[in-house]
Amino acid sequence: MMEPVSIIKGSAYPLPRSNIDTDQILPAKWMKRVERTGYENGLFEIWRQDPSFITNDPERSQASIIVAGENFGCGSSRQHAVWALRDFGIRAIISSSIADIHRGNLPQEGIVPIELAQDVVELLLAATGVNPRVEIEINVTDRTVTCAEAGVFAMPFRIDNVSHFNLIHGYDPIDVTLTFEKSIETHESSRDPWLPQCSPEFV
Amino acid sequence: MTIPRTLIDKIWESRLIDSKPEGDLIYIDLHLFNEVTSPQAFEGLKLKDRKVRRPDLCMATADHDVPTGKHGLQVIDEIADKQLRFQQMYCKEFGIEHYPMSSSGNGIIHVLGPEKGLTQPGMTIVCGDSHTATHGAFGAIAFGIGTSQVEHVLATQTLRLSRPKTMSVTLVGTPHPDATAKDLALAVIRTLGTDGGTGHLIEFRGDAVRNLSMEGRMTLCNMAIEAGARSGLVAPDETTFAYLKGKERAPKGPLWDLAVDYWHSLATDPGAQFDKEIEIDITEVGPMVTWGVNPAQSVPVGSKIPALESFATKSEREAAVAALSYMGLEPGVSVSDIPIHTVFIGSCTNGRLEDLQAAAKVLEGRKISSSVRSLVVPGSASIKREAERLGIDKVFSEAGFEWRSPGCSMCVGMNGDIVPPGKHSTSTSNRNFEGRQGAGARTHLVSPETAAATAILGRIASPSDLPPINKKEGK
Ligand code: SF4
Repeated sequence: MMEPVSIIKGSAYPLPRSNIDTDQILPAKWMKRVERTGYENGLFEIWRQDPSFITNDPERSQASIIVAGENFGCGSSRQHAVWALRDFGIRAIISSSIADIHRGNLPQEGIVPIELAQDVVELLLAATGVNPRVEIEINVTDRTVTCAEAGVFAMPFRIDNVSHFNLIHGYDPIDVTLTFEKSIETHESSRDPWLPQCSPEFV
Repeated sequence: MTIPRTLIDKIWESRLIDSKPEGDLIYIDLHLFNEVTSPQAFEGLKLKDRKVRRPDLCMATADHDVPTGKHGLQVIDEIADKQLRFQQMYCKEFGIEHYPMSSSGNGIIHVLGPEKGLTQPGMTIVCGDSHTATHGAFGAIAFGIGTSQVEHVLATQTLRLSRPKTMSVTLVGTPHPDATAKDLALAVIRTLGTDGGTGHLIEFRGDAVRNLSMEGRMTLCNMAIEAGARSGLVAPDETTFAYLKGKERAPKGPLWDLAVDYWHSLATDPGAQFDKEIEIDITEVGPMVTWGVNPAQSVPVGSKIPALESFATKSEREAAVAALSYMGLEPGVSVSDIPIHTVFIGSCTNGRLEDLQAAAKVLEGRKISSSVRSLVVPGSASIKREAERLGIDKVFSEAGFEWRSPGCSMCVGMNGDIVPPGKHSTSTSNRNFEGRQGAGARTHLVSPETAAATAILGRIASPSDLPPINKKEGK
């Protein structure tokens, strides 16, 4: 069971670059760890070496939202990238497109993937870029974003239904699926006989 | 009358267990694991006292962390060692087929599935790795998932997913005779862009796709993820069946005939609708090379890095500026003038026997440039053995390549095989992201043939750029 997510309000890190891949979000060397927590220092590790990088802005130390260019989270499927975002305090990602696998991974840790038209994203980038204190309010239940300084009011955002469902209820998806045991068994009893099987005996 | 359906629809519907507004519950036929993305999933399972529902549908290998120098070599560090030990421990505990480092069945996970005949048409296949798309070459729905979903599949053998949209990408025209599957893949990604396939599963169609070998189809589907698509598929046909026949885990006897009948029925019906249909003209596409930091930023070998004005959108232009600054390059520079420090042949994109043979053909009777460090890493232990039986290892070593043991190696640089900062590499892998091959490494993606020619000349070149072999010196 996770905490249900309904409203997120906070300031933001504007990252206008497109194609921010998961190797940039968290370099591969962090993937050697077997833990689920403790990834905050790996977030944007290379870019953060530059003191002027946005996450180093002391005025944004409380920011909890990333507003990014298109195709955020492309590349490797590593959920470690999401653990890094979560451990750093990020609660929502806003972009005109979030790559498929990453978009599915974010809500697993309670982070809301928010897709908006590129022109709306640009308004948010501009407003949060000039003023670090500008806040964005996300109504997850209603699927809307508001940011008065950007002139964005109750703007509907795209989120896939599976993610939305799990986020607002805080359900553990495995618990939900386990209630379908009968249907899974039925499917299993009629699988094609030629489908391959694995066993340690093959090794 | 039945509604015509696509290959993707047919597979999806055959695995559908439940459909709700919040998504479809689909059954997973095969779950593959590497050592990197699964430990936390197994741990999560244990914490909740859950079982692996179908260990008989799971197969695991160690590929990312393994050293490729020589068997028995030290793992790079303690954390990698711990990760490898965790995988071994969990696989043992849950009774999962596992090919540890240095074992005779070891290899890159996406090379092993097809090689063992585990990857078959019509299946749903997942792995905590984005290049699971590779298996789509057999006409399977195969895609990468995150660690929470790995845990979900372990516990339930299913996933709840929004139904992906379907996209047909038809290659029309005849490519240049020197074009390889890798070059076609790069040309396709350049056209689609890095997110052109987002939210979709792609079916690759057209004669140029049909004419590809299974290895070539795997190269193409492997890179569908680089266009944002979760997977790329090719409808199964005689090429697919010929590849599968006799493989260890392929159906045998009467089951083979039953299976082939069914596989034949999977092809997209005439008149079936896709959510998106795209034609890409590949006429005269030849050897390609990337110049930037995503796989869509490519040009033909021998041409120049595009002028900034040539990019259609502001964001593409900005991406090009950032990419060139990282790569230490400028618009208008000829790619043949880029000095190459490292050449890497391997990975789940181009580490199969056919790839090694193609590179060896270029290298035969030649020597690599003294300024280049070159390594070749077979995709699996069995490919390595087969290559050695055929004497391909000798061709590589005599040319000056390091002949390595299987693993992901320099594709991701987690095992210590890296490109030094600021140096340029040509690599047959799939990602030229910043730092992918090591901090500051500057990667140019190419085919195995182009990688071999580049190693010889020390600059980015295709085999047609090579001078003829001097018969007296050569063999
Ligand atoms: S070879 Fe590269 S892309 Fe393929 S599985 Fe290994 S790290 Fe991933």
